[in-house]
Amino acid sequence: MTTLLSVSDLRVGFGRDPRANEVVRGVSFDVADGETLAIVGESGSGKSVTALSINRLVDFGGGRITGGSMKLKRADGTVFGLATATEPQLTGIRGAEIGMIFQEPMTSLNPVLTIGTQIEESFRLHRGLTGRQATVAAREALDRVRIPDAARRLKYTPNQLSGGMLQRVMIAIALACNPRLLIADEPTTALDVTVQAQIMALLAELKRESGMSMIFITHDIGLVAGIADKVMVMQNGQAVEQGELNQILDHPSHPYTQHLLRDVPHFAGGRAARADGQRDKTENAQPALKVEGLVVRFPLKSSFFSRATGAVHAVDGIDFDLMQGETLAIVGESGSGKSTTAKAVLGLVRSTRGSFSVASRMASAQRGAKPVQMVFQNPYASLNPRLSVESILAEPVIATVGRVDAQIRARMASLLERVGLPKNSLERYPHEFSGGQRQRLCIARALMLNPSVLVLDEAVSALDVSVQAKVLELLVDLQCEFGLAYLFISHDMAVVERIAHRIAVIYAGQIVEIGDAQSVLSQPRHSYTRKLIAAVPAIDRRHEHFEIDTRQVPSLVRPQGFEPGPARWERFGVDHLARMEA
Amino acid sequence: MNYLLRRLATFPLVLLGVSILVFVAIRMVPGDSITAMLGTEAGLLTPAQRDALAAYFGIDQPWFVQYWRWIGGILHGNFGISVTYGRPVLDVILERFPLTLELALLSMIIALAVGMPAGIHAATHNEKPSDLVVRIVAMIGQSTPSFVLGLLIIYTLSAGFGVLPAMGEFAPLWQDPLRNLSQLILPAITLGFAFAASVTRIARSAMLDVLSDDYVRTARSKGASARSVVWRHALPNALIPVVTLSGIEFGYLLGGAVIVEQIYALPGLGRMVLDAILQRDYALVQGSVLFIAFNFMIVNLLVDLAYVALDPRIRLGEQ
Repeated sequence: MTTLLSVSDLRVGFGRDPRANEVVRGVSFDVADGETLAIVGESGSGKSVTALSINRLVDFGGGRITGGSMKLKRADGTVFGLATATEPQLTGIRGAEIGMIFQEPMTSLNPVLTIGTQIEESFRLHRGLTGRQATVAAREALDRVRIPDAARRLKYTPNQLSGGMLQRVMIAIALACNPRLLIADEPTTALDVTVQAQIMALLAELKRESGMSMIFITHDIGLVAGIADKVMVMQNGQAVEQGELNQILDHPSHPYTQHLLRDVPHFAGGRAARADGQRDKTENAQPALKVEGLVVRFPLKSSFFSRATGAVHAVDGIDFDLMQGETLAIVGESGSGKSTTAKAVLGLVRSTRGSFSVASRMASAQRGAKPVQMVFQNPYASLNPRLSVESILAEPVIATVGRVDAQIRARMASLLERVGLPKNSLERYPHEFSGGQRQRLCIARALMLNPSVLVLDEAVSALDVSVQAKVLELLVDLQCEFGLAYLFISHDMAVVERIAHRIAVIYAGQIVEIGDAQSVLSQPRHSYTRKLIAAVPAIDRRHEHFEIDTRQVPSLVRPQGFEPGPARWERFGVDHLARMEA
Repeated sequence: MNYLLRRLATFPLVLLGVSILVFVAIRMVPGDSITAMLGTEAGLLTPAQRDALAAYFGIDQPWFVQYWRWIGGILHGNFGISVTYGRPVLDVILERFPLTLELALLSMIIALAVGMPAGIHAATHNEKPSDLVVRIVAMIGQSTPSFVLGLLIIYTLSAGFGVLPAMGEFAPLWQDPLRNLSQLILPAITLGFAFAASVTRIARSAMLDVLSDDYVRTARSKGASARSVVWRHALPNALIPVVTLSGIEFGYLLGGAVIVEQIYALPGLGRMVLDAILQRDYALVQGSVLFIAFNFMIVNLLVDLAYVALDPRIRLGEQ
């Protein structure tokens, strides 16, 4: 195998004085023909900047190459120095020899141009194709990424396609001119797990067909197992370890790689599930939260005055109960209704029908206790930047009791200490904290009113993997200490495995499987649960191939007055029910 | 199409609201049309003469009768008679309107022709010296009152070059295009300068936003040239704020530009409305305000239709 790209001692800096502000500090690696190199790291590690430096897109983000060399072997055998090339030279390389796909397919395509036009542009730029020829080439490119009905889809604009479809379009664009190197920068991070598996399978297939090389950037070392030949782990702008896939995954030598592999949640098929379940011990106990027949529908109207012609059945008949000290995880993909369920429990959306009962442990003892509190996904957006931490923590108290006294102040201090924030935090503002610290702050805020139930809506999804692990640990500790019940909404099976006692799998607004976490994860019974679990990347699933399945989630729009038939359940063990399939 | 009909159906409602507002507002101003018309001589009128004149103009009736008569007339295409001109209101307005429309169009053309390239240049040369120059000029343009700029232009031309702007009887475009343009070009520049400054600023900031969007990075990763990135990928996405601004400014200009018309002695809508207010020419004020409101609604509708043409994500009439 010959070397396609050779990067040595790459340094990239930002700002007015790039040399003093380096984000990538001396990274070296080689990519051979047909090889896949995975670059793994958390945010701020410099992995994306490294990727963007290769085709020099980093220049447009304010970055400068401050040192090192990047040599690309071109198709004609000559060697091209990417680090020193001029912009006009680079436009001949980008797209033609180096293709790139990005994290957010929803925003990476031009919203005002049809996808056909956007694919044709690649052929126009590098092949000189125009008109009919370009259209034919674009249709073939869509066929290649397995988009059904390609000819019609060429006329679509990006807003008419789903995220997974758009990422396929992006791949079609990147591979249009058969580049010999594809840079994929977190290409599946924004996608659902089953869609992620499809995109990964597609990339692996296309790579086999074309023999191209790939640089795959990711924060998820589990995802690497399925696709990489070599792995490079980055931290603080430097490569801390690199080598063959099996070597890195089985015998990591650097402490940071060991940390990524051991401490960070990885899906283990139920083996890592919590063993402190209390279901059997509390047979006759009153549930902390009981939800019966929850239905949330959003009527569809063509205008303000006309009658509803149908409704989006976001949540269509959900029942569960949640015991004191227990975590029920609601897992499902986007659009399944899991967040709507959470919002309905909190009263943030009006439920069409259904009942909740909440047992408040100390309702009478504690003035103004609110039994259900919440923690949201994005700690950057869910804290008011103009309020100090003290005001943020006082907010729920003011809303219910109206007054902050010495007792409340003492509670603030003890909660801050309990969630692991520094003592002087009270006078500080949200921007002074990291993402993980902010989420701790959100947890402290939720605990101010001494709730019995915490609703955690994707509460760790926005955090870096190692921060995720620590926040999960904190949540488990708090649960044991205060006997909290958690309703944990998540799409991430690895995280769910670490925190859930029980799991409810939700699909198209209905629970399809519910039960003991270990049992559901190790022996999924419903076909959807099986598909979901098969799609989860795991360290021990090396180069495993996932069946490409382009089936769409069924539409949740139903005609006016539609009622789903009664659910029939099949029991598998003490605490494991699966919905019977038609 | 359906949307268009529904939008048009809302026009009469809006105009009804405007008509009530202007009808009440003009009557809340002290003074009446008889005093305004006759000046000091009004004091010489006997009560009987005054009553006769009031009956002649119809202002002896209670306000709701006056309003009812006015609206009833409009429905028959009769906007009333202007007391100052002694002619039908609609004729007076339509005589003035071509000039105002032409002036507004010329100003907008100048504003877009200067403002768009300047804004795009500034955005693509962000923080470079030429960006700074554009921003300073735009700032000056936005903060200079039109009478200062107008007088400055006239002064420079006459003192520096001995040329006077073409004054005298206004020549409509279809009678003497050359003379018409020579009369309108300076007022159009005066109005267009501030307009261009606003367009520059909004085009610059919209382009800066769009240039950092993900799809622009995608275009670059395909190997698109800098020119293609700007004109093909970024510009169409940056046009919406420019269209919004231009629509609002254009709508205002259609209501007449009092100061510029005064400086260049142009018989436009602006001066006519001002005179009508001073003269308590109720019928003319009411008629022209309705006319201006109608134009504004048409412009707004065109702006909304432009949004749809520019951005496929925008669907009209959907919630």
